[in-house]
Formats: sequence, structure tokens, C-alpha cells
Amino acid sequence: MADSLAQPVSDTAPAAPDAAAPSRRDFINIVAVSAAVGGAAAVAWPLIDQLNPAADTLALASLEYDLSKVALGQEVTIAWRKQPVFIRHRTPKEIAAAKADDHAPMKDPATDASRVKPGHEEWLIVLASCTHLGCVPTFAQGEYGGWLCPCHGSVYDTAARIRKGPAPKNLYLPDYTFLGDTRVKIG
Amino acid sequence: MARAARILAVTMGLLCLAGPTFAATTEVPPKDIHWSFDGPFGSYDQEQLQRGYKVYREVCSSCHSMNMVAFRNLGDPGGPFWNPKYPNPNDNPVVKTIAKDYQFPDVDSETGDAIKRPGTSADYFPAPFANPAAARASNGGALPPDMSLLAKAREGGADYIYSIVTGDRAEAPHGLNVPAGRYYDPYIAGDLGSFWKGDPAKTPPGGFIAMPPPLVEGRVTFDDGTKATLNQESKDVAAFLQWAADPKLEERNRAGLGVMIFLLLFAGVLYASYRGVWRDVGH
Amino acid sequence: MSGPSTYEPKSAIERWLDTRLPVIRFSADLMAYPTPRNLNYWYTFGGILSFCLAVQIVTGIVLAMHYDPSGAGAFVSVEQHIMRDVNYGWLIRGLHANGASMFFVAVYLHILRGIYYGSFKAPREVLWLLGCVIYVLMMATAFMGYVLPWGQMSFWGAKVITNLLGAFPLIGKPITTLLWGGYSVDDPTLNRFFSLHYLLPFVIAAVVALHVWALHVPGNNNPTGVNVQSKSDTLSFHPYYTVKDGFAISLFLILFAIFVFYLPDALGKVDNAVPANPLVTPAHIVPEWYLLPFYAILRAIPDKLMGVLALAGSIGVLFALPWLDTSKVRSMRYRPAARVYFLIWIVATGALGWCGSQEPVGQVIPGLTGPMLIDYDLNSVTWLSRISALYYFAYFLVITPLLGLRETTLPVPDSLYTPVLPHDAGAPVGASPVLATEG
Repeated sequence: MADSLAQPVSDTAPAAPDAAAPSRRDFINIVAVSAAVGGAAAVAWPLIDQLNPAADTLALASLEYDLSKVALGQEVTIAWRKQPVFIRHRTPKEIAAAKADDHAPMKDPATDASRVKPGHEEWLIVLASCTHLGCVPTFAQGEYGGWLCPCHGSVYDTAARIRKGPAPKNLYLPDYTFLGDTRVKIG
Repeated sequence: MARAARILAVTMGLLCLAGPTFAATTEVPPKDIHWSFDGPFGSYDQEQLQRGYKVYREVCSSCHSMNMVAFRNLGDPGGPFWNPKYPNPNDNPVVKTIAKDYQFPDVDSETGDAIKRPGTSADYFPAPFANPAAARASNGGALPPDMSLLAKAREGGADYIYSIVTGDRAEAPHGLNVPAGRYYDPYIAGDLGSFWKGDPAKTPPGGFIAMPPPLVEGRVTFDDGTKATLNQESKDVAAFLQWAADPKLEERNRAGLGVMIFLLLFAGVLYASYRGVWRDVGH
Repeated sequence: MSGPSTYEPKSAIERWLDTRLPVIRFSADLMAYPTPRNLNYWYTFGGILSFCLAVQIVTGIVLAMHYDPSGAGAFVSVEQHIMRDVNYGWLIRGLHANGASMFFVAVYLHILRGIYYGSFKAPREVLWLLGCVIYVLMMATAFMGYVLPWGQMSFWGAKVITNLLGAFPLIGKPITTLLWGGYSVDDPTLNRFFSLHYLLPFVIAAVVALHVWALHVPGNNNPTGVNVQSKSDTLSFHPYYTVKDGFAISLFLILFAIFVFYLPDALGKVDNAVPANPLVTPAHIVPEWYLLPFYAILRAIPDKLMGVLALAGSIGVLFALPWLDTSKVRSMRYRPAARVYFLIWIVATGALGWCGSQEPVGQVIPGLTGPMLIDYDLNSVTWLSRISALYYFAYFLVITPLLGLRETTLPVPDSLYTPVLPHDAGAPVGASPVLATEG
């Protein structure tokens, strides 16, 4: 487009700037175009940021749960930030199986201790979305006694670590803290 | 440039068409109060908002709902309990304490029983009445308006609210038939012609309101030691309601300043560029 | 586009593309379009309007992501969710709501400029007609957009305007029922208005493309109304008019920003901060400022059907303007008498706008009681509306056709551009009162 600046558009109109001052004039044009681009970029931010979660969505980000409702060997799936979360009350056998495999070859190596809170090893709290493409895995399937994802066959063990299949990572751990022995706050 | 200025002037003239509308009803214009949030650099006075919140909580909220304001909003930037230590208002301890004072209906996820639980920062101020019909029944047939947008929903905004709640309702003029359960107020829009026994040309301005004068001196005790005069209480609650209706005012004024500075520079640069491009062209 | 293309592909890729889809050639020709060199700032509103349309479409698409078009949810989604919780929601809504008013400011000045310089006259009638279509579409879009926040003014505005159609005998009632999708303005009405409000801007954009096409066939008019005769009368659109339009847009943005940031609610009505209530009408039903003159015409006539017809006629008459104007001179710069009548028309339309915002029984001169004429005091808003409306129509239907046949015009220059050279400073400009005919 800038080329048309240099092209004479008519017989009489002196379209080409004279040789004396081109640099100063070019400079002001460059400043004008940069300011326009800068302004447009500044306007783009609100238009992008509005896509992020709104304040009313963010306000619902934490959840308290009473663990006494989950019997030994049971698990519940609760909704936290509109996503499923597993709360599993692990049996000593499951814990032992997980600890035994701490140093087995894994895609995403992690010890069982790093998957739970100290003193609360019986509680495994993980995001119930397969790290492959987001399906909810089913428990007590697959060869590691943990979860099997029905969509593409990823297999997780009793510490929800990925052992086999296409998923790249262990099931994610949400931020949570124990408010007491039977009360947990997620988020 | 002069021509552009002339066009700008015409444009402004066109917008003046959008002036205030004429009312057949009469009322006294609200008192013009100087507010901290007036003008392009205005901002809320946080202590005033805290006092205003106390008036709302202890007086207004017994009849008026404020459906669009959540507890967390109190801790938002510019809000009464904003604290820079808690950028996420949901963590603000004052907000949490206020929320816990309210009980909200919920359903036990295990048993399905209807239960009550303490409020959280995400909850909204609960309405004092179950529904509009209940609100009317308890208020002599009149519906106390929701307060979340009141300052935006009334001509005069905070000035109007201040004028109404000061209860500056000088004894109803002699000769005015005030119906039972109604109060004369010069700042309310109305037409008192049919209630006035005297000279029709001297019909008093204003109208009737169902709300008794809500505030008196010492109605609340301010935590910051400010003397709770009627004037103080009225001003503070009006400021609080202005905040409730327009919580983004500070953010808007701040953004506006930057935008105006940019646009003025931008227009200047474009003008220089325009003069440069057109310098050697007759037109 | 007029004239042969001057674009020459420079690279192999450009040459390849040029023989397949010549978009670069198309844009280059648009940018190099020969534009009369004497266009003044009144001619920048075309660019400003394109900018306004873009702003409305972008902010509107964003708002639709957060809006809930249901009777129960609309008000809350706007006043609570968008205005308080969505990141920058207050800004985007402020831009969209005030942008509508800015759009109308610009379109009115654009229309006034077109009338003053005779831009609707041959060979630009189709250009003018397309402009009128855009204006009507804009009003429809703005009206439906105003309904969406579902406040008191939204609801009652929708009710009053849709009831206008009920004025027509026999078909009136079925048409309003069809429009409402119910027995009154209700959820179905809100839903369809939302759908149409989203659709119409894209229709407007399409008609704008035709409008620009129709502009580029005969080329721009100019303040003298004299036809372009040689290349020396024109300049390339870029950079001369891109930079001029850009400067004008920057000034317009300052005005826009004052409203968005410092007077966000000044152009709205306080009643719209109250949720829609089908049982209570606000004390003063007033449309948005840009519709006030037509509203005043509607109220000036004490008969429902005639009022609606007058309202429709006041807009319809714009479509007929190219055939009502008999003057052989385009620009009012050389038509002193026409200038006066046009100025009075602007004042009358302004008066109508003012009347539209007032109570029909209100006094024009406060405190003065005039004689009673038929049904209203002569000093009432109603009579001022009637007199102004009469002039509004007379200007188009009587003054414009007759004046063109009888007026004395000033000498029209031979050329739209006379180079300013020292030796011909005092030379008389050409003296032909007759418009040069198309070659």
C-alpha cells in the first residue's frame, strides 16, 4: 500500500515528498501507524481477557467435603469447578501395592508419598480426568488394580499413576488441605 | 483543524438533544452533595463505604434486598473491605465473617434433606422477604425496591437517595391530605393536586412515599468513631448504594485517564501526519 | 470500479495469486481509488461509520457470549454478570451501548452532508437509496438491541413500538401477535429480537459493501458538486484520505471515550436500571434520542393509523428525495435560497426531537398560556410538533421540487479544483449555473 505514496497519481499533484524532509515526514507516519497498532493491541486485551473465567465463576472455586461419608475401599466422585474429582478411601492393600511400585519404571515417575498428604495416606484425591483426552477412568479395571480409561485404554495404578497406554501424565492432584481428620477443603 | 472543531461542536449539539426529559409531575430537585466519586478522577472513600455498609446492614436490609451484590464484592478493589493483602476477595477474612452471619438454604448431597448452611463469599445478600408479594404484605402494599441498582435507577443517583433518607420531610404542608401509611416527601416525583385543599396554583411539590423516615441520629454506631448524625448516616449509606450500583467506577475512571491521554497524543500525531501528507497538495 | 486498474504484481507469488483470486489487486485499487481532492471534513463520516459498524459487531459478538436471552435471565446477565463479573464486561457493554448513539450521531451528520452537497442526485440515486436502506436497518437493529437488557424502558419501548403495527386495519392484530409470539411482549419476543439483533448487523455490512460499490461507480461527489473532469481533480485515496479519515476517527474516538468512561449512563434512561415489569409502565416513555423526531411526528397526529403512516412517511420520503429535487445545481454552496430552507429543516427536525422528549401537554415557552387551538394550547409541545412536522414534510414534498425550478443560483465553478496560483487569484471562476452533464 505504501507504494502508492511513491507513485505519481496525477499529472499535477506532487505525490512524492520532496527530498529535503523525507526522514522527518516518514518518522511521523511511522509514529502514527505504530500508535494505531499499539492502540489496537491495547484494545485486544479486554476482548481476550473477557473469555477468561468471570468473577462469579472464580468465586465457586473451593469446596469443602466431609470424608466420613466415604467407607474404606470406597470412592466418591464429586464435582469441583465443574470437573469430576475422585476421593478414594484406599485399603492398606492398595497402599502397599502402590508403595511397592514406587521405583518401577514409569512414564511419569512419582512416589506414593508424593501423591497423598502425610498422615492421610488412606485418602487419594485426584482429578478424575484422564490426562490423555479427558475421559473419566473406571476403577478396579486394568492390571494395576487402579483405573482404566474406557476411551483409549490408559491404565492407572492405585496411586493414580499412569502405567500403560497413551496418557502422558499421572492423574492430576488438585490443591487441597485437610481441615481435620474427616474434613477436606479442595481448591 | 478549525473546521474539524466546528464539526465536533455540531456533534456535541446533536447530543444535547438527549437532554433530561420534562416531567409533568413536580418535585424538588435533590440536594447537590459533594461526593468523593464525583468527576473524572473520583474514587470511593473506603471508610465512608464501610460506614454506609453498616447503615445498610443494620437498617435498610430489614426491608430492602440487594440481589446483585455478593459478599465477595465487598472485598473487590474499590469496595468497602478491599484489602490489597487479599487480591482474591474470596480469601478476605472480613468478607468471610460477614458471609458466615447469614444462613442459606441448601440440599444435603448425601441425604437430599433441605438444610441450612452458613454463607460463603460466593453467596449473594439474601432478600429479607421470600417474594415480592410477601414484601408488599409487610410494607403496607408498597414494594421496597431492590437496592443493587437503586443509585442508577433514580434521576439524581446518590443525591436523590441522600435527600430521601435524610427524612427531610418538613411536616406535610397544612391543607394536604396525607393518606394513612404514606409520608409526604418533596423530593419524590408525584402529583399532589387531588390531595390538596388549598389554591391549586400553590399545590406543594413532591409526592408520597410509603417508607417512614428510616434514619435518626444515633441509629447506628460507627466502628471508626465517626459521630452518627442523621446527615452522616444518610451520606454514608447513599455513597454505599452508589458503590453497589456502580462498583466499577474506580476501574473505569482509571482506564479512562489512560485512554484519554493516549487518544489526545494519537490525534496530535495523526494531525501532524495528515499535514505532512497533504503539505504539497492544493485542495 | 472506475478506470483501469493500476496494480502491477511485483513478485511471483503476487502474479500467481492475481490470476486466481485478485484480492491484492482489488485492495490496491480501492486504496488507489481516485478521489476528488477538495473533500472536506464532512466527508470523513463514511470512514467513521465503517469504524462504528466494526466496533458494534466486535463488541456485540463478545456480549452475546455472556448474555442470556430469557425473561428471567436477561436483566441479571447484563446488569450482574456482564457489568460486574465478566472481565472488562463493563467496558465492552459501555462501548456497545454508547457506540449505538455514536453510530447515529455519525449517520445523521453523514445524511445532512449528503443532502447539503446534493450527493443523492444523478448519477448517485442508487447510492442514496442503499444509504436509506442502511439507515432503516440501523434503526431496526438499535431498537431490538435496546430491548435486550430487559429493563423497564426495554420492555415498554418494545411494547409501544410493536403496537404501532396494530394500527393497520384487519392485518394489524395478527401481525403484532406474530411479532410477539404471544399475547404480549414476552420471552418469545425477547428471543427472536436477540436472534435478529445478531443477524441484522451482518445484513447492514452487506448493504454497506453495495453502498461502497455504488459510490465507486460514479465516484465521490464533492463540496462543489462539479463533476471530476480530469485526473488532476483527484488524489489517490491512500494516503491522502486514509490519513484524513484516520485523523477524523481519532477525534471521534475522543468524544466516544468521554461517554464510555465518564458519562456511561448519560444517554440512557434511569428506568432501564429497573427490571422489566409487565404490570407497571414507567412515568415517561421516551425512545432513545435518535428516534425522538419520528416519535414526535407520531404523537403530533391524534389518530393512531394516520400517526403511524406519518411516521413511516417521514422516513419513506427520504427514499424519494432524488426524484423530488428538481435543481440542476448539486451543491447548496451555490444555492443560497435552498441553504436557508435546509437550515430551517434542520431546526424543525431538532425541534421535533426536543418535542419527542417532552410531555405532549408541556409548554414550549415556560409559564406562557397561549390560546387554545382545537385540542391543545398553541404554546404546547403538541402544536410545536405539528408545525415542525408540517415543515418537515413540506420541505421534501413542496419546497424542494418548486425551489429547484424557480431559484436563482450562484455561479458554479467550471472545475472542482482551481489551482491556487498567484496570477489568477482575482480571476473570475467559471459562471455556468448548469450542472455539467455526464459525458
